[in-house]
Amino acid sequence: MPAYLLSRLLTAVWVMFGVASLVFFILHWVPGDPVEVMLGESAAVADREALRQALGLNLPVVEQWTRFLTNTLRWDLGESLYYQQAVSSLLAQRFAATLELAAAAFLIAVLIALPTGILAAARRGRAADLTAMGFSLLGVSIPNFWLGPLLVLAFSLGLGWFPVSGRSGLLSLVLPAITLGTGLAAILSRMVRSSLLEVMNEDFIRTARAKGLPSWTVWLRHGMRNAWLPILTLLGIQLGALLGGAVITETVFNWPGLGTLLVESIQRRDYPVVQGCVLLISLCYVAINLLTDLLYARIDPRIRLGQPE
Amino acid sequence: MKTAIFLALLILSLWAILACVSPWLPLHPDQVVLQAILDVPGQSYLLGADDLGRPVLDRLLVGAKTSFWVAAGVISLSLVSGTLLGCTAAYLGGWWDRVLVMLLDIFMAFPGILLAIALAGVLGPGIGNLVIALSLVGWVGFARLARAQVLSVKCREHVQAATALGSRTPRIIVRHLLPLIAAPLVVEATFGVAAVVIAESGLSFLGLGVQPPESSWGSMIRDGVRYMLVAPHLVLAPGVALFMVVMSVNLLGDYLRDLLDVRTLQKL
Repeated sequence: MPAYLLSRLLTAVWVMFGVASLVFFILHWVPGDPVEVMLGESAAVADREALRQALGLNLPVVEQWTRFLTNTLRWDLGESLYYQQAVSSLLAQRFAATLELAAAAFLIAVLIALPTGILAAARRGRAADLTAMGFSLLGVSIPNFWLGPLLVLAFSLGLGWFPVSGRSGLLSLVLPAITLGTGLAAILSRMVRSSLLEVMNEDFIRTARAKGLPSWTVWLRHGMRNAWLPILTLLGIQLGALLGGAVITETVFNWPGLGTLLVESIQRRDYPVVQGCVLLISLCYVAINLLTDLLYARIDPRIRLGQPE
Repeated sequence: MKTAIFLALLILSLWAILACVSPWLPLHPDQVVLQAILDVPGQSYLLGADDLGRPVLDRLLVGAKTSFWVAAGVISLSLVSGTLLGCTAAYLGGWWDRVLVMLLDIFMAFPGILLAIALAGVLGPGIGNLVIALSLVGWVGFARLARAQVLSVKCREHVQAATALGSRTPRIIVRHLLPLIAAPLVVEATFGVAAVVIAESGLSFLGLGVQPPESSWGSMIRDGVRYMLVAPHLVLAPGVALFMVVMSVNLLGDYLRDLLDVRTLQKL
């Protein structure tokens, strides 16, 4: 276990280094002079020079890069050009909202997908299965920036059950969370179904049945427990998509999280904030993937004890 | 299932044909008719008019063109570059392979749409930049898949035979490896089309993609949201078009996956 843990940790550190460098260089390859882009063409020469000094743009690229990396390591992400405030504190203000939205969406997705997937597997090929998989296809195919407005049209403007946008209590969380969670629920229910069906062909399932165990024990304790592994991997990967999708969903509902901050900052050309948002979301993603890998090893002794990979 | 696939193919052919012939159709996507502002479908135009009095149907068809060509461009660019990089890295091995794996690890640490948003935001709006941004995200999946597939087949006898007969690397990759790994790549590319269509509309929805007066289904949805109570067709029409295309592609992808018997496929 320690060797595996160590190698995964090292990879994660390396990947974060790469992510930070990529974010740095993306902004460095911006066509044109970044200062001119940020301040506009009509800015005074003195202002430009001041900003250039402040951003360290007069230094050689390698030095700027190492400075960026060391600053990032201390979570000093510079200052927002628009808010005149440290990027790290801006991110901290917005992070909770995104986390709340992502967690709610995740919860909804799991609550829908687990029963649906198990039911579809148990009733394979019958009406329940076909219906569930049909809904899953709909869920994968519906873009959240369309589903969101449709839900608002029906449940906020039509029925008046939920607020149209903003973040004000639990009610305002419902529609954004459903919007964001639908795609994940759809993919997850398919995965639960196929993973479970695969496990149910194994010898130990026949043994369990032959022992005369009740059907639900066979499905849940023998089947589901072994079907978890591929599902977990998928969850890790899909949580990244969830975080990315949150950017669009937040914009639809004007949810005050990292996503709206990112989109606003792109429009304002507030590049330090753009950098910060991308870094923080990717950091979360790397952390989630690391966690799933470790969890995977914890659940499946074959990975912990055998050679990784 | 058969009818569903037939319908999906019908929708996709319609999409492709409309995208190809739309320059020669008598479309007026930018024609502002003040009397027609927010007209419901059937009143002045077949699908009504938007907040500036422009015909929704014409804009929808131009949006079909946008999404089709962006998808075609992004998928061909990222399929070719990703496959090429993945194949050569896996076949040659050594430092080239290690560099590619490092790059893949880094690119995969970004949620795809997030990287696309950041790139599109930095590059600036426009169809060309949109294609670049989405291709820079898209190649990763193909490279990873191609690499994994080549690793699993590169030691087969026919490859050794070809090496022994003196075939050069490009010939081995094209003639002896690519045909073996084509099936999963085709399936991945099919699902990729759905992802790109959604991403294009999503970026345009955020205002980072196609700029006015060009039209995209995503920007039509964004512009329509403000008038949702009085003119819901502005949101419904582009959304239905988008949804039908994406669902058809996904259906086709599922069908191809079963047909070609591609099993362990990880969607990005």
